[in-house]
Amino acid sequence: MSATPATAAPPQLREVRGPSALGGGPRRFFDLLWLMSVTEFKRVYFGTVLGYLWSLIRPLALFGVLLFVFTQVFKVGSNLPHYPVLLLMGVVLFTFFQESTTVAVTSVVSQEGVVRKTQFPRLVIPLATVLTGMMNLGLNLIVVFVFLFAFGVDPALTWLLFPFCLTLLAVLTAAVGMALSVLYVRFRDVAIIWAVASQILFYGTPVLYPLGPNGIENESIERMVMINPLAVIFEQVRVWMVEPAAPTAVDAAGGWLGLLPAAVIFLAVCAFGVWIFNREAPRIAEDL
Amino acid sequence: MPVEDATISPHPASSAPGSAAPLAIQVEDLHKSFRIPTHRVDSLKERAVRPFSSRDYRQLHALDGVSFEVRQGEFFGIVGRNGSGKSTLLKLLASIYRADAGTIRMAGRLAPFIELGVGFNHDLTARENVVLNGVMMGLTPKEMRRRLDAVIEFAELGEFADLKLKNYSSGMLVRLAFSVMMEADADVLLIDEVLAVGDASFQQKCADAFHDMKAAGKTIVLVTHEMATVETYCHRAMLISDGQIQHIGDPGEVGREYLRLNFEGRGTHAKTTSATDDLRLLDAWLERPGGERAKNFESGEEIAVVAEVEMLVGSPAVHIGFTLVNEDGVGVFQFSTVTEESAGPLLPGNRVRVVNRIENLLTPGHYFLHFGAKRAPDARALVLHVERALDFLVFGDGHSQGFVRLPRTTDVSIEGGGAP
Repeated sequence: MSATPATAAPPQLREVRGPSALGGGPRRFFDLLWLMSVTEFKRVYFGTVLGYLWSLIRPLALFGVLLFVFTQVFKVGSNLPHYPVLLLMGVVLFTFFQESTTVAVTSVVSQEGVVRKTQFPRLVIPLATVLTGMMNLGLNLIVVFVFLFAFGVDPALTWLLFPFCLTLLAVLTAAVGMALSVLYVRFRDVAIIWAVASQILFYGTPVLYPLGPNGIENESIERMVMINPLAVIFEQVRVWMVEPAAPTAVDAAGGWLGLLPAAVIFLAVCAFGVWIFNREAPRIAEDL
Repeated sequence: MPVEDATISPHPASSAPGSAAPLAIQVEDLHKSFRIPTHRVDSLKERAVRPFSSRDYRQLHALDGVSFEVRQGEFFGIVGRNGSGKSTLLKLLASIYRADAGTIRMAGRLAPFIELGVGFNHDLTARENVVLNGVMMGLTPKEMRRRLDAVIEFAELGEFADLKLKNYSSGMLVRLAFSVMMEADADVLLIDEVLAVGDASFQQKCADAFHDMKAAGKTIVLVTHEMATVETYCHRAMLISDGQIQHIGDPGEVGREYLRLNFEGRGTHAKTTSATDDLRLLDAWLERPGGERAKNFESGEEIAVVAEVEMLVGSPAVHIGFTLVNEDGVGVFQFSTVTEESAGPLLPGNRVRVVNRIENLLTPGHYFLHFGAKRAPDARALVLHVERALDFLVFGDGHSQGFVRLPRTTDVSIEGGGAP
């Protein structure tokens, strides 16, 4: 898409249908998505003195505290050789989910000035916050890999399946972010509700407590936890990345059928995110 | 140095594109209404507690069946009073709102300039915003980065290019926004009230840029309520009122229609309901020096503000005042009169007429007078207040910047230089 040269034939009339979630061509959508994500990433990390270190300090501090509490105080993880790596992996992944969705909640409203004055695919806004989160995640994962090697975890072929898990996590994060960002335009208490809900989700995901042998060893709790799609993703990351011997998501759920609720919830959240955003997108500028 | 009136020098109007020119914008039977909630449901709790309360709203028909066409290369003006629907129309054209019914067709890429901006993120620097905006308007990031210097230069913001926009003054923001719009090289430009801002030199620059765009055959839609701008630039204009097209055609005719609408729109007399238990405003009007009632005054012409009040209770005296405000509601001038107490107390049934003669130093524009009356001497209590009891227009040549034209004297002296 370049500027129309003066000699070109006059442009043809095309119908203007008003703002929408997508629209305006894929090229422009991805240009804008990439530009907004990178700009935001730069703004956060080049505007502060410690820059990128801040992005690292938060999960690392949380990791340090949790590691102390759960190996020295509660002794939950002390029976598992790779507990610290597992904990770090879980904290980093959950931080991505929590931070991206929390930023996404207010993303559309905080871009009010742009939304009220310019036409562009509205979906770019929440997706850009998730993409910025993924850039952070990428950097944090470097640290996770350093720990993986430091703790003597052997690289395995199953590491190649990690991107699949990350994709599922990113899709879920994006869907939640889309729904929250557009609901917040109309209902401002979404921000408070989500702060509490994401905290509950943290405990509903096996980050602190490993499942299976030497973990919590409680079958009914394990099956309950596996209703949470995040738990399924996290458990599978554990098996494929850190502990091949750990129970897989299927084992923890008590068979393939046990994974059905999580799969349904996953698809329902994605469908709801797309549906609600698509429905509300044309009216965002009016409701702000 | 002599201070000259800052005027935008109009360029000779280029000829209007003929009716054979292809269409740039085609609007058919456009409708848009807003739901104005009488009780806004802003939280989930309220929604849960009162699940059906969302039906507590009234419909505001901002646009009611608007159809028009703009040809390529045309400079098209849209005028209307505040609340007439012209801004809604612009936002529909710019794809910021979605129409309830009707179609809009547009040829080519569009650059909007709405509410004095193109949509900036104030946490980002000027450079970042310029590139983002260019991409939003349909350019590639590469293309926009190439034009970045030209934008910054046009806006005269060279040294501030890496400053976050939250540290910009409003004038700098408008300059940047205007420059982005210019450099976006769009086929159709939508502009909302741009000439009202910026200093004289930037206004001149905008005027030059308009001229260039006009010469380059760009299509420009200008929304304004400044008739002078419309008559200077536009090939054609459209007047909208209450969401409907009142007139479409020659800018001069549209201008006259607009003035007429302003006279007739609000009643020429004060509202009849303006009474309390204490007193009643019988009538209020404006007069020319000859005693003729009028609603429009030439700059410099004397204006007499007359008010007639009937007392409903007895009072030692009465205090009658007016506040003159401009179109934006900004107070310009206040004056009041107290009846002579020596003349004896006022009795119920007494009629009081107050005539204030003002030298009209106001700049051209639309003005309103709020009426207020208090019982004297305990003037604390406001017994009657009538918002916008009167309105009038001031017309005249020259610029409508500022509120008043203060009398001035000018001395010019030139020193130095060799003899011829």
